[in-house]
Amino acid sequence: MPTIFIDGQELQVKDGENVLEACLNAGLDLPYFCWHPAMGSIGSCRQCALVQYQNEDDSRGRIIMGCMTPVTEGARFSLQGDKAKEFREAVVESLMLNHPHDCPVCAEGGECHLQDMTVMVGHSQRRYTGQKNTYRNQYLGPLIHHEMNRCITCYRCERYYKDYAGGKDLGAQASHDHLYFGRHEEGVLESEFSGNLVEVCPTGVFTDKPFLKQYSRKWDLQSAPSICTGCAVGCNIAPGERYGKLKRVHNRYNHEVNGYFLCDRGRFGSGYVNSDARLDYAGIKKPDDSFMAVHQQQALETAAGWIKGKKVAAIGSPRASLEANYLLREMVGAKNFAAGFSDTEAPLMSAVALILKTTKAQIPSIKKIEAADAILVLGEDVTNTAPRVALALRQSVRNKSFELAAQMGLPQWQDAAVRNLAQDQRSPMIIVSAMDTKLDDVASECISLAPDQIADLTVAIVAALANQASGNNEQANQIAQILQSAKNPLIVTGSSMLNLGIIDGAVAIAEALCTDDTSAMLSVCVPESNSIGAALLRSGSDDAIGLTLSDLVNNAPDVLLVMENDLERRLSPDEMHKLMGKGTKVISMDMLENPTLGASDMVLPAASYAESQGSLVNMEGRAQRYFPVFEPTAERLPSWQWLLKLGAITGHKALSKLNHFDEVVAACANSQAEFTDLARAAPDNSFRDRGLKIPRQTHRYSGRTAMNAGVSVHEPQQPHDTESPLAYSMEGLNRDQPSSLTPFVWSPGWNSNQALQKFQAEVDGPLKGGTAGQHLVVSSTMGYTAISSLSKGASQQVKSTAVKMQPHQWQLVPVHRVHGSDELSVNTDEIAELAGCAFVALGAVVAEKLAVTDGDGVVLGCGDTQLSLEVKVLRRVAKNCVGYSAGYKETLALQPATLVTLTKDAKWQRREPQLIASDRTIPDPIILDPNIAKGGSAHV
Amino acid sequence: MSKSQMIQTDVGSALSVDEIAEIDAELAHVPYKSGAAIDALKIVQAKRGWVSDESLRGIAKHLDMSAEELEGIATFYNLIYRRPVGEKVILFCDSVSCWISGCDDIKSKISKLLGVDYGETTKDNLYTLLPVPCLGACDRAPVMMVGDDLVTHLDDKKIKELFGKVKTKSTSSSKAGPKSEGSQ
Repeated sequence: MPTIFIDGQELQVKDGENVLEACLNAGLDLPYFCWHPAMGSIGSCRQCALVQYQNEDDSRGRIIMGCMTPVTEGARFSLQGDKAKEFREAVVESLMLNHPHDCPVCAEGGECHLQDMTVMVGHSQRRYTGQKNTYRNQYLGPLIHHEMNRCITCYRCERYYKDYAGGKDLGAQASHDHLYFGRHEEGVLESEFSGNLVEVCPTGVFTDKPFLKQYSRKWDLQSAPSICTGCAVGCNIAPGERYGKLKRVHNRYNHEVNGYFLCDRGRFGSGYVNSDARLDYAGIKKPDDSFMAVHQQQALETAAGWIKGKKVAAIGSPRASLEANYLLREMVGAKNFAAGFSDTEAPLMSAVALILKTTKAQIPSIKKIEAADAILVLGEDVTNTAPRVALALRQSVRNKSFELAAQMGLPQWQDAAVRNLAQDQRSPMIIVSAMDTKLDDVASECISLAPDQIADLTVAIVAALANQASGNNEQANQIAQILQSAKNPLIVTGSSMLNLGIIDGAVAIAEALCTDDTSAMLSVCVPESNSIGAALLRSGSDDAIGLTLSDLVNNAPDVLLVMENDLERRLSPDEMHKLMGKGTKVISMDMLENPTLGASDMVLPAASYAESQGSLVNMEGRAQRYFPVFEPTAERLPSWQWLLKLGAITGHKALSKLNHFDEVVAACANSQAEFTDLARAAPDNSFRDRGLKIPRQTHRYSGRTAMNAGVSVHEPQQPHDTESPLAYSMEGLNRDQPSSLTPFVWSPGWNSNQALQKFQAEVDGPLKGGTAGQHLVVSSTMGYTAISSLSKGASQQVKSTAVKMQPHQWQLVPVHRVHGSDELSVNTDEIAELAGCAFVALGAVVAEKLAVTDGDGVVLGCGDTQLSLEVKVLRRVAKNCVGYSAGYKETLALQPATLVTLTKDAKWQRREPQLIASDRTIPDPIILDPNIAKGGSAHV
Repeated sequence: MSKSQMIQTDVGSALSVDEIAEIDAELAHVPYKSGAAIDALKIVQAKRGWVSDESLRGIAKHLDMSAEELEGIATFYNLIYRRPVGEKVILFCDSVSCWISGCDDIKSKISKLLGVDYGETTKDNLYTLLPVPCLGACDRAPVMMVGDDLVTHLDDKKIKELFGKVKTKSTSSSKAGPKSEGSQ
């Protein structure tokens, strides 16, 4: 550990770091712009200047850039000396020459790194009286607003977008004082990670466009620590609320999960929380199939009446919290509980849960994924199914360049030098998939195979790994050799192909790679935010494996409870009709109007993730807690509270004993071994920081007494949070609290998100409050064995593809899209606009044969069904395969591996480009009567 | 007729057969396709006088680059023209040696003769006037380049000889020079 001197003060610093990092680690305020902990240094902004002295006698010194200077033993620097301070002030003054005085109308104002740095260097007087540059801004799509006049040319945006996230359509243009950051021409930014520009830009060039439409200052937002429900990665987020609306979602740092970055689904996909399609009141179906709104109590009493003495079953949800799913299972008993997976998905999810519990391979966090030096991706288009993992994979292929840099004695943070040295040399990443994936551009090899052939290839790779000499599959031998020669090999797979063979094969490869000195990593992507939680719950029950949806369809209960699950996405229309038919009373709770609610006999309005608390188990088995950002409005309740109330009113033996969230967590933790540590995901309700709850509001939160004056001049009492250690208040301390309870980052002088470095134990390290979340299942030494009973779904699939393919027939392969395939986020206008319409993905050869190009239409024939869909032409598609948009409403009925015919749709009307989402027709609310029915129970 | 109208483009590409051949010859010398980006821009500019959006996208496609990447390179260099220029570009040095030798006066006279200011093209499309920091001929200041020719020791007589016959007062408002989103 070298010792350096800053203003005469002796500092023990970390070997290999730069002086800027050393200063920040020592808690010193050294201004910077272009440096970013995840992206290293390029020395472009000249802001982090210090004076370095040769020795003790040197009194003149020379200006150096902190971010470009490695620490060396005995080096002497001045941070507070006049020369260094004057230089830094001059840099800000020069940056401010062209910067407009538009802070009051700028969305960055109040959380602007440039504001913070300007104040920090003491530049308070403008001497420049000339004209400023003005630029033409570009339309960059529905998510990002562009305002080039504010640019200070730090290059962070370009470096993030191109170098870090692999985007191609944003760049630096021109030079000196007319530098411009934008696209070649106006248009939607193509990257799935464009939203991070909002946080990466140190000023207001790139801002959150949906947030601008309903803007509030950072200090006026009420925030809570939360978990993204967009996919199973479980990125930590900090959503902000004001006036009862969810305003925006910001990244919340978790060292091991998302780090500094989110995907656009996570950042912008929460608009549905404010949707007009949200359910406000409970409703009971009237004979004319419309719903009558009723009070909570009335609904509960009616439901209790229906349930009493009847055969009740329940369907849980992989997108609802573990606690809510647990309560539902307790309410009806494990024998009558289905976790809510479709029949095709259920065996896969059971297998993944079993893999997490038993595999010898290491299940990596995203941080660990970044350390992989050879990657095999099997069947998964990770960018579209677990986006944040794909961003990590983009970093892991850089390990080759870090190796080269180490040989040259270059530190990793010397970003430009390291990239220049490596050029396009990357660590190997082999992608085996049916079609294009968004990581193809950094892959060393892309192999296009149909899903079943991918499974076959895994078998060949395992054979090659067992004995390298034998086996005549050259491709498999080659892959095996690459994996074997790596120090940290990583196998990435997932359930998106709905093919168990691929997953089993991936595990077999990873386990075959585990030797005494190598522990191979295995990452399995699953679709929904709590898929793993629901799968663990299902397989963990003592009674049996639980019900499948088809069990329920074939043996309908008297009363069916459906929680946060749109069964249209899991069942065919026929099955759905059978299940929800007249014989069964269906009680559904959910947030947004959907076909399941429409077909139910009673609907209960559930709170969204932003209005409730619970735990979600991510794809690596990490339980993470989300907390309410604001109180649910109207008569909405979190699902777990609906269930407790229903348990109390029906006098349920177990449920009526539970009153509070913490009791539910404790009961859940005791229910099965996997959940033992559930309570450790976050501190309980009794936690106090120096005697106080953690405030959700900043200490500058304004208008608390006035913001509802339009409704009533009487100041309402602040809501009281009885369930969590967070308060709906600005009173309390926001420093050094446990990371799972950090609602936002702020530190004196650091109003922007860069305040994060004050919360980190060291630069780019874990937070001082520890890493949020708790691993529920830790990989074992046992090894995973595929259970034959679980493979039922897979064998069925093998059978269906074994059918001999006729000419002009293609095999369906699901294609996932980050915008469009997810059930909830697509209810956000901006996401719907980006999702476009359902599509068929074809290879160039097939497209030519059918005489269609991008944007044309084809008729997809599948048995009696004829679907007219838009064509997307892909670069590579496996032989005899054709893709379909998975998760899109129009294509929900399609099943993978079925054989289809294709013909050109002559009547197809090409879609106008840039359809404005707000022009979409919004379905009529299903509860037409907004007046709460008065008095009396409302039995149908 | 302007240069660009004379070019025959290859079917399916914004580039002509000749341009593609010349760019391919450059590609043989570089390890990465993008390494030939500057040469490719110069080749197209030599044939057409400037690099249009369409040409830029054509080059980018030919070099497996994104249009944004190539745009960054094209706009970085002041002498790659992203807007149409006249038949000849006047690169007028306004750097220190020329300034001492009275280039300001010469420049205003040229502007008067041609009826154009910096960044503008004469209406007959013969000349585009651009400033340049130095032409490396300080010993013969003031200097400028007209097309490919260096003209030294500028004085009233010389510029009258050169531009006296050009019809004046025919300023076109179209600004030449590198495509810049900014204007001061």
